[in-house]
Amino acid sequence: MNLHPETSQTGFKSYQKRIHDIRKDFPILGRQVHGNKKLVFLDSAASSQKPTSVIEAMDRFYFEEYANVHRGVYALSVRATEKYEEVRVKLGRFFGTTKEHEWIFGAGTTALINLIATGWGERHVQAGDEIVVTRLEHHANFVPWQQLCLRKKAKFTIIELTDRFEVDLEAYVSALKRGPKLVAFSHMSNVLGTVNPVAKMATMAKEAGAVVVVDGAQSVAHLPFKMGDLGPIDFFVFSAHKVLGPTGIGAMWANEAVLKQMDPYQFGGDMILKVSDDVTVFNGLPTKFEAGTPNFVGAVGLAAGLEYMQELGRDWIHDYETFLCAYALEKLTAIRGLSIKGPMDLSRRGSVISFTVDGIHPHDLATLLDLDGISVRAGHHCAQPLMNTLKVAATTRASFSFYNLPEEVDALVNSIETARKVFS
Amino acid sequence: MSEGLYKEIILDHHRDPRNFGDVVSPDFTIEKYNPLCGDHVQIQVRLDDTGERVMDVSFQGEGCSISMASASIMTEEIKGLPVKEALQRIQNFRQVMQGQASESTLDGDIEALSGVKNFPVRIKCALLAWTALKEGIETCEKCGGPGHVCR
Repeated sequence: MNLHPETSQTGFKSYQKRIHDIRKDFPILGRQVHGNKKLVFLDSAASSQKPTSVIEAMDRFYFEEYANVHRGVYALSVRATEKYEEVRVKLGRFFGTTKEHEWIFGAGTTALINLIATGWGERHVQAGDEIVVTRLEHHANFVPWQQLCLRKKAKFTIIELTDRFEVDLEAYVSALKRGPKLVAFSHMSNVLGTVNPVAKMATMAKEAGAVVVVDGAQSVAHLPFKMGDLGPIDFFVFSAHKVLGPTGIGAMWANEAVLKQMDPYQFGGDMILKVSDDVTVFNGLPTKFEAGTPNFVGAVGLAAGLEYMQELGRDWIHDYETFLCAYALEKLTAIRGLSIKGPMDLSRRGSVISFTVDGIHPHDLATLLDLDGISVRAGHHCAQPLMNTLKVAATTRASFSFYNLPEEVDALVNSIETARKVFS
Repeated sequence: MSEGLYKEIILDHHRDPRNFGDVVSPDFTIEKYNPLCGDHVQIQVRLDDTGERVMDVSFQGEGCSISMASASIMTEEIKGLPVKEALQRIQNFRQVMQGQASESTLDGDIEALSGVKNFPVRIKCALLAWTALKEGIETCEKCGGPGHVCR
């Protein structure tokens, strides 16, 4: 198999210096585990490591500038509010959107999808309506819709995958003919690595009159795109912690028209304009959907993470990760008994690689890898409906970020070979 | 370092599980899942007429070597034992895993599982079958009931 003309250590030469500089920005990558084993961190799809700049941006905020937002008339609060609101502008720059109030902050992808399922779903979905998802969804973009359908007695449709681990577009088109109210799908699968043709799927869904929700939890870290490249989508959500930022914050972009057709999901401080004994007038966008003191320090960390990516260059990140992914696929497929669960076409996948090895349970494999210092994920990856379809209880997943090295792929491969000997 | 966990006895039970399959006319069948890794195990038990002794026990399921070897070892361990004693063995194994009892209380193949206690996320794997068996005994009408030996 020849996945890439330069899938070798020589191909790495052009990246080498830069990657070694980058790794200095992530001090954790230099640590050891289990005594003296060099850490090989291959679980960025679960959560990325954080560069010093992100940690420092948040530290600085707490040490020097901290006060609550949207409350005080004093200098610190005013400045904190400005910094928080500026993050919406920075999101706009990163994703090429123009209206700041179309960005809503929440605790993360899961919380924000629940906001849509409740805030939009409760108002618009009725008995007999249909909601469409795909087989490769994370539980976060599956369970909220399944539960909404159960509450509303609506039809819940799952579009199956082809044998190339891609969404079956013929089945998708058939489902759209029935006129579903909403379709929800991932930009990139956290298990298979599959990148969905979002613009095409969104265009088809819009023509069928459906509202389009895109789960971007995996894609933002890996793929260079602007919101405009995704076609006529209505909602896009992602979490900061997978994109170099802190835990506990994510952002949702939604077009103003659809936001105006949505009810708030949580009630309380900040989201109100006027409260009397009997009634409450809600605040406007975006605050209407951000009840309570927001995670504004987290938002500043989120922005710092995105800025770090922009400085590296999102195209450059994608180029390097594609190189690394090709190298890993080539090396992994050479292992006897190893089966990749995901597309082999590099133009249709990101650098998240799930696999099984004959005769070794993923948990045993992950434990043996861990003893060599290699952090991978093993399990169902919060995608049990997909696992059932793949007819596996679990897979092992190695995910690669721009701070990983080809020699870390080699370490993974060597450790898998050793595990095979233990279980032979 | 892996020797501490993947001892030859464990790998042997994994390759060649004992009492795998069904028992004839079981008094109870119980299934347990480990949501962390998707492992599942089913235990079947046939008791004597009084419900006081385990006459036959089997397991089946899918999972990691630790959960499957532990189930296999458990079936060998408790077959033929009085129910009361089986419950004590379950309790003791659980305590060893949780560091509350000495591993010197384990004798035979089961001793090979003692290394699991150093891998906190894998303790659940080792306990899966044992937890299932305990629940099965406690909910089985034949050996259950107020004041009965296994309560």
